[in-house]
Amino acid sequence: MPDSAPRDSRELRHMLGLDGLAPAIMTEILDTAGTFLEVLDRPIPKVPSLRGVTVANLFFENSTRTRLSFELAEKRLSADTVSFSAAGSSVSKGETLLDTVRNIEAMKVDAVVIRHGASGVPHFLSQRIDAAVINAGDGTHEHPTQGLLDIFTLRKECGRIEGLKVLILGDIAHSRVARSNIFGLTALGAEVKVCGPATLIPRNVESLGVEVASDLDEGLKWCDAVNVLRLQLERMNQGLIPSLRDYQRQFGLTREHLERADREIVVLHPGPMNRGVEIDSDVADGPFSVILEQVTHGVAVRMAVLFMILGHEREEGRG
Amino acid sequence: MKVGLGEADRIVVRGARVFDPQVGLDRVTDILIEDGVISSIGDLSPSQQAQVISGKGWLVVPGLYDMHVHLREPGQEHKETVRTGCAAAMAGGFTGVACMPNTDPPIDSPGVVRFIREQATGLPVEVYPVGCVTKGRAGKTLADMAELAVEGVTAFSDDGAPVATAGLMRRALEYAAKSGAVIVEHAEEPSLTSGGVMHESAASTRFGLPGWPAVGEEICIARDIALAEYTGGRLHIAHVSTAGSVALIREAKRRGIAVTAEVTPHHLTLTCELLSTYDSDYKVNPPLRESRDSEALLEGLLDGTIDAIATDHAPHARDEKEVELISAPFGMLGLETALGVILTKFVQTNRLPLERLIDAMTVQPRRIMGLPPVRIEPGARANLTLIAPNEDWVVDRSQQSSKSINTPFHGWELRGRAKGVILGQQYYLA
Ligand SMILES: [Zn+2]
Repeated sequence: MPDSAPRDSRELRHMLGLDGLAPAIMTEILDTAGTFLEVLDRPIPKVPSLRGVTVANLFFENSTRTRLSFELAEKRLSADTVSFSAAGSSVSKGETLLDTVRNIEAMKVDAVVIRHGASGVPHFLSQRIDAAVINAGDGTHEHPTQGLLDIFTLRKECGRIEGLKVLILGDIAHSRVARSNIFGLTALGAEVKVCGPATLIPRNVESLGVEVASDLDEGLKWCDAVNVLRLQLERMNQGLIPSLRDYQRQFGLTREHLERADREIVVLHPGPMNRGVEIDSDVADGPFSVILEQVTHGVAVRMAVLFMILGHEREEGRG
Repeated sequence: MKVGLGEADRIVVRGARVFDPQVGLDRVTDILIEDGVISSIGDLSPSQQAQVISGKGWLVVPGLYDMHVHLREPGQEHKETVRTGCAAAMAGGFTGVACMPNTDPPIDSPGVVRFIREQATGLPVEVYPVGCVTKGRAGKTLADMAELAVEGVTAFSDDGAPVATAGLMRRALEYAAKSGAVIVEHAEEPSLTSGGVMHESAASTRFGLPGWPAVGEEICIARDIALAEYTGGRLHIAHVSTAGSVALIREAKRRGIAVTAEVTPHHLTLTCELLSTYDSDYKVNPPLRESRDSEALLEGLLDGTIDAIATDHAPHARDEKEVELISAPFGMLGLETALGVILTKFVQTNRLPLERLIDAMTVQPRRIMGLPPVRIEPGARANLTLIAPNEDWVVDRSQQSSKSINTPFHGWELRGRAKGVILGQQYYLA
């Protein structure tokens, strides 16, 4: 949690994570995203809000979806963009990151959207460059815009966040989506439980203000919405789960599970899905799924984040 | 009074508080050193032919000894050399350091031991190379410990890593027992800690960083204590960091097992929550723990469970540290800040008697390493640390003698700092 956490959206200089972010700022982002969602439905879905602003998208880790979503958000706001993808390149990590810092400084971009496989890299950058830093996912830490778009979707579907019961299902320990959801949802007054194999539930998870549901059926009977996380198949090789089949049996979300719970449960998934592993197709494509809405909302939420960080500054500059 | 390095046949330290609990000495007086030997302690008449050091307001204590430093030479001279490490030691008030064998090549042959000692000649700091337990620190077969013992090596360690297997540790303890040498253990069970970059805790969960759990240290200490008891060999646990480890060592000592332990200033004063900044200067092995661990470490230091304070001074080049936290090397500097941090946090606050500081920073580490005691008494070779106990200063990493700057104490306001050292005829004044 940064010491100088902004209290007011005008103090919002970066979007490093939802940990410690003031609820009022989150709400303002969600409200702003609502107005941008309307923009996206217009015949010409574009506004001039960030004209003259340059954003660099630096993706050190593959993520076609998040990258497309950010690029679209930037274009819809009329920002100039450059994109860089270093995923898979074999340059030494340390060198890359320092070179990145120097290059960003030299290019004098206004903002950097960064995805990196190591936790804390956006924090590292924000302490060393003048540009705004927007975290597009850092290691196993946070993915704040994903968290915000999940919350945005829940608010739209359920009409509220306060008092909402949300179950996060799957690999909590290694999930940046889980963390950002936990930080954001609990700050806005939702109740959160997590559910998954004990090996994938981090120790002391209760210290984040959540409870652990002992099994999936119990969790589903309790919740209004379930956020199903993608299972990284490498967890099997690390010995954290015995087999995919075992995982699927205990924690794969199926139609039978939802029927047994006997209540309307909104189903989210950050994508991309392993169909038949953590989620069955008839759930993913079923009536309670909002998975495609999440994708649409992602653009609006990212527009809101970019606008709130970069738009204010420009207004002040002009004034 | 000249600052910097010097050498003199006659040195007079004038008007300082001379404090050596070992000989019951605590008074403001003068010390005369002739040909490197303390010739008299008492009020002296002015003398022209001596190097006079005005010690007014200062404290003079037996030379501090750091039993755990990394000097990086040979092999990683871009981080530190024996000479820059010694410069850091002098600046921190140490007259002796034991350097760990994780160099390249590692300290597993007489040639490397001699090479390191030669680098330090002509300085008022003695360097005691610690030998490898296993050849090449590879964890396969024992190093030629007897051959190293002939060179004066009194301690063996595979530091940076634990002694790889229980079987090797057993043999090392048995083998070293004959020569009275001590095995210094970096306690870590790799199958529990691999990939971990910080203490596994609520904080690591929050920061999304892989954890290095307390039990990863404790299980190794439990193994080694059992082996020390079984073999009768002498075991020393380096950089103890958890409350559970302190309890294990306390119990082992109660049962009369030959185990000793050290604690670092950073484990006594810093906690894992500091990783919230993802600043790799806080990345150290074993990792910073929780405040209840720090409290237990201090308790252990006070009741003698933990014998010594050592820094685990671990220099790293800036470009190696200025990377994503999971890729950064473990380690932080310690030599130049240790005394100031301990004085400020524990002695000035009356949580640690000055007498215990002297015990933990000079008497015990020398005893554990099998070195003769250093005392302030006539006839003894001069081996002294000069301290300004009331000097306020701010740690500035750009003003340090070490070649590296990876200190977590940068910007700390401290009270009390080393002003110099005297070793035989050689002296260093800050
Ligand atoms: Zn070590």
